[in-house]
Amino acid sequence: MKEIAIASGKGGTGKTTLSVNMAVLMAEGASCKKVILCDLDVEEPNSGLFLHGEKVNEQVQYRMVPVWDEEKCTLCKRCANVCEFNALAFLGFSVLIFPELCHSCYACSELCPENALPMKEHRMGELKHYKINESLDFVESRLDIGVEQAVPLIAATREYVKKIADNDTLIIYDAPPGTSCPVIEAVKKTDITLLITEPTPFGLNDLKLAVETMRELKQAFSVVINRSGENDKIIEDYCLSEKISIAGKIPFLREAAVAYSKGEMMVKKIPQIKQAVKQIADKILEGEQ
Amino acid sequence: MKAYKEIVVISGKGGTGKTSVTSSFAVLGGEDVVVADCDVDAADMHLLLEPQVLHQEDFYSGKTAVIETEGCVHCFKCKNVCRFDAINVINGDFVVDELNCEGCSYCFHVCPTRTIKMLDALSGKFFISKSRLGSFLVHARLKIAADNSGKLVTKVRDEAKRIAVEQDKNLILVDGPPGIGCPVVASLTGADYAVIVTEPTVSGKHDMNRVAELLEKMKIPAGVIINKADLNTEIRDEIKDMVKKSGMELISELPYDKIFTDAITQGKTVVEYDKGIISKLLENSWEKIKNNTWKKENKK
Repeated sequence: MKEIAIASGKGGTGKTTLSVNMAVLMAEGASCKKVILCDLDVEEPNSGLFLHGEKVNEQVQYRMVPVWDEEKCTLCKRCANVCEFNALAFLGFSVLIFPELCHSCYACSELCPENALPMKEHRMGELKHYKINESLDFVESRLDIGVEQAVPLIAATREYVKKIADNDTLIIYDAPPGTSCPVIEAVKKTDITLLITEPTPFGLNDLKLAVETMRELKQAFSVVINRSGENDKIIEDYCLSEKISIAGKIPFLREAAVAYSKGEMMVKKIPQIKQAVKQIADKILEGEQ
Repeated sequence: MKAYKEIVVISGKGGTGKTSVTSSFAVLGGEDVVVADCDVDAADMHLLLEPQVLHQEDFYSGKTAVIETEGCVHCFKCKNVCRFDAINVINGDFVVDELNCEGCSYCFHVCPTRTIKMLDALSGKFFISKSRLGSFLVHARLKIAADNSGKLVTKVRDEAKRIAVEQDKNLILVDGPPGIGCPVVASLTGADYAVIVTEPTVSGKHDMNRVAELLEKMKIPAGVIINKADLNTEIRDEIKDMVKKSGMELISELPYDKIFTDAITQGKTVVEYDKGIISKLLENSWEKIKNNTWKKENKK
């Protein structure tokens, strides 16, 4: 099993484009491994807009939060004292629980001397699993609107994907943007992370943050320049000075933007894009062996 | 009652031109506006506004466990209760993996020898600056791989509010993060008006729908700017329909133009770089947004 994550500091640099197109190409490839594409941008999952297949599974995703058992509670306040997240409060003779603040650490529940705070399932979102073709599966999770914590859903989704994968499966994760906890949950312990960026000062600034994050995590990574063109030097100079490898470039084409806008698969429509994505895919698989 | 209003620019999807639009509004608002960059994971506003830092401060939020080697009796209690897989045994010593530790203190409470300490966790830094426009800019930098970006967002907004009151400014302009999760909710809570910058792509439309639903839940009035509007006129029209049905207001449509990228590359905002139609459209948008923000207040 190989796990590849596609991430970026800045949003809108082409994570979904690369993930989807690379997954389709790799599944078609001569080696014809089983490929699973998994959308971990659970706040705004978009990969599914580009893929069509048969739904093979759908499940509500839960995390555990405490519920108050009034009968057993002696109002000792041990729970509120141990909770670091202010997820429990005493109001007169009752305990209020705020699931959005709870981090599911179990401390209140298991340290309660009366067992008055059993942990119960709390809905956070939904997972869907599709069969796109013989060799490509697609899994996405979407966070319910109003649910704030993305990390538990990302962790649960990775667990699901690993369960359906076997030894020679290649997993591609479409990660969320940024550099904070959801990204870390999506990329940690993958075999390689591709950081996709664009040749602008914003692209460069956010790439630097993403690189620092990868280094902090001791995560293997390589850079892809999307919307490549006359300004590539801004990214290339940085990568050179930091000794970062560039896995490839995807050219800037208005027709690519139009294809994206319609939800079309670029590798099937635009030969230059297909070639670029193929080179990137080959390069990573080569590096893996 | 507070004398200032707070406008938050969000997008759901990243890369729709949120910061390009917000920075242009910052220019149009000039000294009267306090600017807050709440995209603390990937803050870019400072690249265009060249801030002179007046004050910077470390921001601590939450806790991290530390296990002292001396005193540890290797009972495994801490490791057994940790739900975050944050305690490793390395060469016989129990060590906390800072990246995985949630700071819940469960291990601290079960340690029989009190060998575990809970320390305040550094989660980033925030800055109060004067931008080259003469306005105040509050921005931040999340510590690499840190937790709690929502808390840092709240801190940035609190500082901006404090400045608005002290300096007698009546408008705060917030550049929000992408997504719909905790940093987005933290950017929006209690705001007066939201501006969604979207694009006519299947993803832009999909993501706008989700933020629009969040805004409705939070009862925040909103307007929509469709950037790159001519990229796909069919989806543009679908977005316009959606905007109408949802009770939001269509603020403007901006063309798909190289000027956006060129301006950034020159380190300028769009309204400074372009003196043509796009600047005019942005100026009109800003006037509309300001009017809407104050108008909504009158209704209350």
